[in-house]
Formats: sequence, C-alpha cells, structure tokens
Amino acid sequence: MARDMDAYLREEIQSTPFCPGCGHGILMGAILRAIDGLGLSMERMLFVSGIGCAAWIPSPHFKADTLHTLHGRAVAFATGAKLYNPELITVVVSGDGDLSSIGGNHLIHAARRNLDMTVICANNMIYGMTGGQVASTTPLGAQSSTTPSGNQEPPFDLCGLVAAAGATYVARYGVVQPLLLQRAIQRGLQNKGFSFIEALSPCPTQFGRRNRMGSAGEALKGLRDSLVSRKEASKMGKEALQGKVIYGEFVHG
Amino acid sequence: MELKGAELEQVKNLLKPGDYYLSGNEAAAEGAIACGCDFYAGYPITPSSEIMERMAQRLPELGRCFVQMEDEIGSISAVIGASWAGARAMTATSGPGFSLMMEGLGYAVFTETPLVVMDIQRAGPCTGQATRVGAGDIMQAKWGMHGDVQVIALSPWSVQEMYELGIQAFNMAEKYRVPVVLLGEEAIGHLRERIRIPERVPIIRRDRSKDRPPFGTEEPAGIPPMPAFGEGAHLLVTGSTHDPWGVRRTEDPEVHQRLVERINRKILARREEICRTEEYFLQDAEEAVIAYGFTARSALYAVRRLREKGRRVGLLRLQTLWPFPEQAVDTLSRRVKRILVPEMNLGQVLGEVQKVARCQVQAYNQVNGEIIHPEAILESMERRG
Repeated sequence: MARDMDAYLREEIQSTPFCPGCGHGILMGAILRAIDGLGLSMERMLFVSGIGCAAWIPSPHFKADTLHTLHGRAVAFATGAKLYNPELITVVVSGDGDLSSIGGNHLIHAARRNLDMTVICANNMIYGMTGGQVASTTPLGAQSSTTPSGNQEPPFDLCGLVAAAGATYVARYGVVQPLLLQRAIQRGLQNKGFSFIEALSPCPTQFGRRNRMGSAGEALKGLRDSLVSRKEASKMGKEALQGKVIYGEFVHG
Repeated sequence: MELKGAELEQVKNLLKPGDYYLSGNEAAAEGAIACGCDFYAGYPITPSSEIMERMAQRLPELGRCFVQMEDEIGSISAVIGASWAGARAMTATSGPGFSLMMEGLGYAVFTETPLVVMDIQRAGPCTGQATRVGAGDIMQAKWGMHGDVQVIALSPWSVQEMYELGIQAFNMAEKYRVPVVLLGEEAIGHLRERIRIPERVPIIRRDRSKDRPPFGTEEPAGIPPMPAFGEGAHLLVTGSTHDPWGVRRTEDPEVHQRLVERINRKILARREEICRTEEYFLQDAEEAVIAYGFTARSALYAVRRLREKGRRVGLLRLQTLWPFPEQAVDTLSRRVKRILVPEMNLGQVLGEVQKVARCQVQAYNQVNGEIIHPEAILESMERRG
C-alpha cells in the first residue's frame, strides 16, 4: 500500500526508524504525495533537517539531496543553500524542539526574511529521541521526564509565532487529516516565500505513555477529537476551547 | 600546490593590478573575492566587521551572494549549506563569535565541507577588550570542537599577507575539503599598509566528480570528491557517523574509527605540504625567536637590533599554525641553544614548540590588549643573554 511512493525513496533503505504508532510515517507520506501531486522533480529538491525523530523523515529515506544538520540549525543551513542556489526547492523537515526551541531564532528570522522555503514542523509536543523531556510545545500540566509534577510553562503557538514574524503561508493540521495536510504542504511548496506547516503528530512512546493516552490508535483518536477548525473555533468560548487545537490555514495568499 | 582531481587555474584579478593602501581586514576580503569567494554570511563583531562591510558592498556588485545572519551560529550554518550548494563560502568573526561557531566548525570538519573562517582575534577571554588585540584563539581553532579534528589555521603578519592568505585559505579548503581558519589579529586587521595586487590569482576548485563516494576512500588518508546539491548526486550529508556514501552508521565501531582516522590523517599526512614557515638570519644562529602574526614583526625588529650588536640570533616565523609545523621547529631546535616564543597569550604555541624542541625553550607572554613592543622582545633577549 505504501509502495506507491517508491520512486521517491532510496531503494537501499528498507525501513523507517519510527516507533509503532508514530505519526511521522503519515507525515512522510503526505510530503511525498504533495510533491508527487505537484509533479516536482526530486532532482531539484533539497531536504534539510535538524536533530530528532522528525529529522529522520527525509534523511536518509528521500531519494534527493538531503542535509541532516546540527540540532536547531536546519533553517540556517537551508538559508545558505537556498540563497546560493535559488533553483533548489528547499524543504526543511524537523521537530518542534529542533525548530522552535534551540532553533527558534533561525525560524523567526527566516520567516522575517520571507525566504522562499517550506518548513514542515512535526510537532509531537515532546523531545522524543532524547527520552521524553518537556518541550516549548508541551501543553500546560502534561507529564514529561523533566516535569514530574506536570508542565508549569505555557506552550508556544508556533503558527502564531511564525505568522507574526512574517511568513507568507502558515497552516496547521494533524496527521489524522492526511489529505488536508497534503494540500497544505502543496500550497506551501507553491507559495513563493516562507511557508510553515505545523503537522501535529502524536508520540505514543514518550508522550502518550506518560500522559495515559492509551494505545497508539487511541492517541490518534485523541488528536482527532481535540482538533477544531478556525471556523468552529470562532464560535466557541474560551472555556470550550480548553484542550482544543485549532487547525486550518492562518496565513495564505 | 600539487593537485589530484581538483582543478587549478589562473584567473584574472578583479581589482586592477598595482599598489593599494588598504587595511588588513579590507585586504583579506579582497583576497577572498579574488579567489572566487561567492558567498558570505556573517554577524557584526569588533574587530572583524570591516570584512563583512566590504563583502556587503563588493559581493552584490559582482553578482555574488551576501547575507547578514541573526547570529554567528546561523552564519557558520549558512556557510556550510552554501558550500554544499557549490559555493566558495566564508564568514568572519572574533573571539565570542568564534566560540559560538565551534559546533558548526566541527560539523564542517566531520562532513569535510570546504569553508573559510576569518577570526580577527581580540583580547579575551569572554567579552574582554573588544577593540584591543590578542592572540588567544590559537588553541581554540584546533581544540575548541569536541572530538578529534584537524583544521588548517594560517597566521598572517602583514596586510599583504591578509590578502595572500585570504586566497590560500580558499584554495586549501577546496583542495583538502577542510575548514581553514585565518587567524588574524586586531592589530593586523586594522593596520593600513601598501599592498601589491597581482595580475593573476591561482585558484583551486574542488573535485566535483559523482562517480566515487563523497565520504570515503580506499586510502586511509584520502580526500573524496564533493559534488554539489542540485546535480542529481542524491547527496546524503550528515553530521552523524556515516559510511562512504553518507548513510548514518551510528553504532558501527569500525566505520567510526575509520572515518575519524581518515579526517585526521588526510591533513596530518600532508603536514609538510601544508606548513609554511619563513627563516630570518637563521643560517649561523645560536639562538632563535619563534613568532607568528603581528608579534613576528616585533620579533624581526628585535632580531635585527641584536644582530647589529653581534648576537647570533635569528627568527623562525610560523605562517601555518595548524597543523603545527613540527619539522621546521624540530630542525631549528637541533641547531640553536635556546628558543624564545613571544606571544599575545599565556603560552599557546609555546606548548607546541616544547613538544618537539630539543633545546631550551623560553616564553615571553603579554595579555594586556596591546601588541608586544619590539623593545620588549629585545630586552627579554638581552636579559636572558
């Protein structure tokens, strides 16, 4: 079933490193289907990633040029490559901690410059690879390996942050909305400027277990149930929006 | 320089040949431009900013790329990204910014990314004396990164050499696929002197073949070719341990050992080809000064004065600091009774000299933000004579 994207994958890499139930595989499929849908040539594409589980979505799987960089620096590496060769269709794929915490400065400055690149942030609300530490995106009160009494700090609204910094396409969808996510990635790729797509992708291993979200399937259902569209949200009060996540396009042409 | 795979050509200089009156920082920027530097990313910091300002003017004029980044980490990152896109890329900075670049520099060593960092040293540690001179980054240039690495570090002693080593830095980076650090000093960066711009400049371009693996060779000290992004090479570039094709191999002891050894050997096996030193009055010398950078100017003055007084003293000037020119120091130490190492730090090159020297080695250290005065070296030599 997953083999329809074979042409975009390296033959020699036979499996992904993701845990069972991880949302990153769905996101990987959405990215490739978006590229396929637009008929883009992988020969012209450059995928840049940082450190963390999401950074392994393109590297080493995608059959294109991939640059697996330092923790937090993917957007800055991508900036250099894109400025030098504007022909490269430059896509950054990385996690929430990588892009918005250690790499937050590069993210907002690239958005401010409105550089022509697409940044796809796989947001699992936790540091997955290093063992489930709290992130700048972890919800208030959530359990993590460094917040034994629950997270005391409010999380970033990444879309709001990047939109305020000057990005010209900004959208958020869950991996439980694969077609909407794929469409957003396509629009991001088509936007001549800085595009940011936040893909909510549950981490059953590090976040789900600690926060009693049940099985991987139940974590996906939980994500689905927490999502409300911008339109729905506009009719809801502050209290009704507690624990909900708003999806949709926040900035578009 | 001898070449294998890489191309060497002589290109016409972009500046009209002739004499110019430039600062060291301006000359270094012009050297880089002459040698084909077509990407600059940087962040302002005293006393290196004139390099960036010159680049901001000159690169766009030539249709080349300039960007001021949000910090030094972003600068070195953008330089690495651009280098993989095919650029001859550089940044310039000083102490605090150089510290911030260490992780990126290590990435460049491990991924064998050619680039140039011009570190115009100021008086550290920390913010220190931002407008004053120092030479405290010698050890950092080599040992500031985690893990076992090799870089090439050059030490210019004049405005002319800021230009010439600016050229050489790019050629060495491309030839050996390694970051090259131009270890300037505030006193040279801000010095104004007459310099001669030549008609032609030698340029070495990296080997961009796609037929061989970009991260491994059969030879234990080999330098693999480096294609660029966008050429259909499906490059896998990673800062994790990788096999010759770039595939992450983070738990294979043999792959790691072979890779770390090769990136070290490829430089150390070519130490004598890379290292450059200059000798003054050493033929019959009984004692010697080993100096580099601005301090070598003061040392040469002191040596001349001592010669006038009949002392058989000479100067070995180090133009290359990393890899350390062990052979030249060893040879010298067999010919003289003692060596004085004056430095604008508390003895960073001193330790390297002591490692190889077979004679008495003495130090003269000054870390007050000022250049070492010629008289100070003279007095030091006379006192110990």
